[in-house]
Amino acid sequence: MTTIPADTAGAHGHDDHDAPYYASKGGFFVNVWDWMTTIDHKKIGVMYLFAVMAAFALGGAAAILVRLELFQPAVTVGGDTSGMWPFSTNLGYNKAFTLHGAVMVFLFIIPSIPAALGNFMLPLMLGAKDVAFPRLNLFSWYIYVIGSIFAIVSILLGGVDTGWTFYTPYSVSFDQYGRVIAMTLAVFILGFSSIFTGMNFVVTVHKLRAPGMGWFDMPLFIWAIYATAIIQVLATPVLGITVLLLTIENVFKIGIFNPMYGGDPVLYQHFFWFYSHPAVYIMILPGMGIMSELIAVHARKKIFGYKLVAFSSLGIAAISFIVWGHHMFTAQGELASAIFSGLTFLVAIPSAIKVFNWTATLYKGSIALTTPMVYALIFLFLFSIGGLTGLFLGSLSVDMHLHDTYFVVAHFHYVMMGGTVMAFLGGIHHWWPKMFGKMYNERWALFGAGLVFIGFNMTFFTQFFLGTLGMPRRYATYVDEFTTLHQISTIGSWILAAGMLIHLAVFVTSLFGGKKAPPNPWGGLSLEWEAASPPIEHNFHHEPVVRHGPYDFDDAVPPHTEPGEFPLPAPDGKAKH
Amino acid sequence: MTSIPTNSGGAKGEYWETYKHQPHWRNNEDEFEAAKLGMWLFLATELLLFSGFFCAYFVLRMFYPEAFRGASQEYLNWKIGAINTAVLLISSWNVAVAVRAAQLGQKMILAFNVFFASLCGIAFLVIKLALEYYPKYQAGEIPGALFTFPGGHGEYLPSAYDPIFLSVYWVSTATHGFHVLIGVFLLWWIGWRALKGHFGPKHYTAVENVGLYWHVVDLIWIFLFPLLYLVP
Ligand code: HEM
Ligand SMILES: [Cu+2]
Repeated sequence: MTTIPADTAGAHGHDDHDAPYYASKGGFFVNVWDWMTTIDHKKIGVMYLFAVMAAFALGGAAAILVRLELFQPAVTVGGDTSGMWPFSTNLGYNKAFTLHGAVMVFLFIIPSIPAALGNFMLPLMLGAKDVAFPRLNLFSWYIYVIGSIFAIVSILLGGVDTGWTFYTPYSVSFDQYGRVIAMTLAVFILGFSSIFTGMNFVVTVHKLRAPGMGWFDMPLFIWAIYATAIIQVLATPVLGITVLLLTIENVFKIGIFNPMYGGDPVLYQHFFWFYSHPAVYIMILPGMGIMSELIAVHARKKIFGYKLVAFSSLGIAAISFIVWGHHMFTAQGELASAIFSGLTFLVAIPSAIKVFNWTATLYKGSIALTTPMVYALIFLFLFSIGGLTGLFLGSLSVDMHLHDTYFVVAHFHYVMMGGTVMAFLGGIHHWWPKMFGKMYNERWALFGAGLVFIGFNMTFFTQFFLGTLGMPRRYATYVDEFTTLHQISTIGSWILAAGMLIHLAVFVTSLFGGKKAPPNPWGGLSLEWEAASPPIEHNFHHEPVVRHGPYDFDDAVPPHTEPGEFPLPAPDGKAKH
Repeated sequence: MTSIPTNSGGAKGEYWETYKHQPHWRNNEDEFEAAKLGMWLFLATELLLFSGFFCAYFVLRMFYPEAFRGASQEYLNWKIGAINTAVLLISSWNVAVAVRAAQLGQKMILAFNVFFASLCGIAFLVIKLALEYYPKYQAGEIPGALFTFPGGHGEYLPSAYDPIFLSVYWVSTATHGFHVLIGVFLLWWIGWRALKGHFGPKHYTAVENVGLYWHVVDLIWIFLFPLLYLVP
């Protein structure tokens, strides 16, 4: 660990062994081939990152269209009725929001943090050379791509208009050209990708921790990824069988969910939510893991209640399996609803534990308002709102009024976008120097984050009002009274999009002209910061040995050290350069 | 999957003796343990996948008892099911013997048992296709909208609910059959590698894992059989 390359790369020549993981091997085609067949978790992570970003852009574009249509009460865009805007019909609107929901859930948010950042960081943070099954890792990326192609084919075939939940009987009754078949097959295939990633991570955490790293020496991001991976492995098969049955029903007209042939649509809902509720924790848990890293590192404070945060991840994972019925308060029996309502409150406890622990960590920390930290604060604020409104919805009597309204839409956007996406953005900024060896422009990134925050709240806080006033979800039209609120929401979506575009620009300029990043720009203590920025092909020159906990800022860091003064002195007193 | 380096060493340098773990592992044991853990996780997902069928069976049976009552006798012949159960059980025994043979380095016993097990798997599929699926198809005892079987069964005849039992039967057994088919290919792969001397006491990861897979596929049938064929 004495030979970590310094931040002044050009100063001394790098031999091949020191070259960054993406160093070119030859001509263009050689390199493309090299990437397409790589089993290096870092490259696969980067490939996932680009893929999920593309999905995010696609889903985002659909969202902008949806909001655009909702700018006025009627099904038009700017009064246009010529059919110039295909999404400004009832059918077109349904397709636009289905595209948005399905892409965001299955193509973007589920793989986003685990498959992109997790893939890159998990082995580095564990001090390992790779994940347990590198080939399976690449395979799961290809499955992801194939699944995405199926999803896009369903769009080319004319789009799906069922919503991302594919409720029967609608989804099995009006399927022209096999669009729904293509989309549900896509979900089935994507599920495999998710399962394989999950298996890989569970085994990696069990078997590839660096010498000296016990379970409670792991960074909390790893704990979160581990809990996520368990849900991925245990819940996704149920989604798999559900959409497989749905596909078979569509093809062979079998009656399992389709009442026309004696099937039971409520059974479909049970199956679907048995996966999809745990799936919302597949979405949020990795975000929570990132939060722990951001807060601890950028406030340079030992995380408050490490074990509680770690165990609450597992607690969330466990409880998430028994609350699915809260999506069906209006569809199932009363007794079942009452039980599920009670259980739903339970799941808020471990989530709240985390929120309180992060807040307590901030107390008396030396908070640096970097973009990652700002995103962590945004997460704290937005996720609290999202979680709290989840409790409102979990109350049976309240949900009878709010179910299928914009209140639900606002709730899940506060947790999914306000939670996961904010953590994802924070995490990308946090690890960007590590992944690509370049710093980003802090000032512009902060500006982007500000726009995202304002735009997000404008877009979605209004929807809480709309929901309580009775605006149902999934409609292209509404009564005139709602116009103002809807318009604020739409304008907010533009501001949000502008913030995202600024982030994109910041990343692109950083890649091509950014300052060279030091190995440890933030002064983190987990093992990934001991690798070079970007890491070499086998991550570390020597297998790292764990000398201190990931958050021992009090003991391992001398007082009054500015983040810029890192890397830390090695134990022998010499600066690690 | 993986391209297997052809082994050109003499009797001494058999592949399994000189096998070296992939570079990111510390030693062969860790790699073996990890592969097994991974396999168990995968098998857990398989069980969960099939639990969807069991769930569907129980729920639909609860809602439409008349569609299920007597359906097994009406549509299925328990003797064929029993024969198939026996065939699979025998193959499972072969696979168990094969794993043991790999641990002891008995190459030929390993290869023989693996190939025999694959034959059992094929027999299972042939019986299923020739004696069950094909006659059913001809009689119109197929699920959903395709159902044309004139007789139907039960008290409420002819009813829209009639094909439900067959729907469950077809999708669950077909999915299971597909798993058997995959298993047959995997067994061939193992047998072929065994003949090339890839497995021995120091390295038999693939044998162990494919063996686990085969047992679980067998286990699933052990549950499907009574549910579909025996419960009146
Ligand atoms: C504090 C914990 C939470 C509670 C108590 C909670 C409760 C609920 C309830 C009761 C509903 C159903 C509302 C209805 O349809 O009438 C719901 C919907 C939803 N929640 Fe949550 N939730 C929580 C956290 C989360 C998280 C962390 C996510 C995702 C990251 C999430 C995503 C969703 C989604 C996507 C829906 C709507 C699904 C749909 O119908 O399309 N929730 N939540
Ligand atoms: Cu839920």
